[in-house]
Amino acid sequence: MSRSIKKGPYVHFKLLKNTNNLNLSNSKRVIKTWSRSSVILPSMVGHTIAVHNGKIHVPIFISDQMVGHKLGEFAFTRSFRSHAKIDKKIRK
Amino acid sequence: MVRIAGRELPTNKRVDIALNYIYGIGPWRSRQILKELKVDFSTRVKDLLVGEIAAIREYIERNYVVESDLRRFELLNIKRLIEINSYKGKRHKMLLPVRGQRTRTNARTRRGVKRIIDLKGV
Repeated sequence: MSRSIKKGPYVHFKLLKNTNNLNLSNSKRVIKTWSRSSVILPSMVGHTIAVHNGKIHVPIFISDQMVGHKLGEFAFTRSFRSHAKIDKKIRK
Repeated sequence: MVRIAGRELPTNKRVDIALNYIYGIGPWRSRQILKELKVDFSTRVKDLLVGEIAAIREYIERNYVVESDLRRFELLNIKRLIEINSYKGKRHKMLLPVRGQRTRTNARTRRGVKRIIDLKGV
């Protein structure tokens, strides 16, 4: 079920404050955040936000296409490389 | 022969069922259309009046995105998800379930037919 429109999009208040401050001072700085569930707002476009993936803060450059998605969608929590290939020569 | 949105409708079926042959129109929308146009659900496609067919065709064209337009729209959405490098896009690219389903077993619809790996070797 989607969130009620009355409440508006969820953004962690500190993240909102930080981005607003950056916009006011017209400066660029990487914002670190743990708030993966915050929605990306138009005011965040052009900034780089470092989103925690459980281990490190992954820097993500926010483009205008990302608006409406959540921050966590871009900082992956799992890293799957690929399964090891079975070496046939050893088996022989 | 009745052609709506570039799609042939089966002549001997009820209209509410026949409209489901169009991509983008399921049971619910099909009934909405017929209710709106005051066409009886149980009429067979071959018994539809010419005016009714025209009305259905026009109604669909005006209100819904169907068939190839809808397919293109969906593909574009998926492409966008891949382009912005989101988790959902990644799952689409790897042909794995997108909505958090388990992949330890099942997920056969996305992953395709099972391939049996011969571990004993040749």
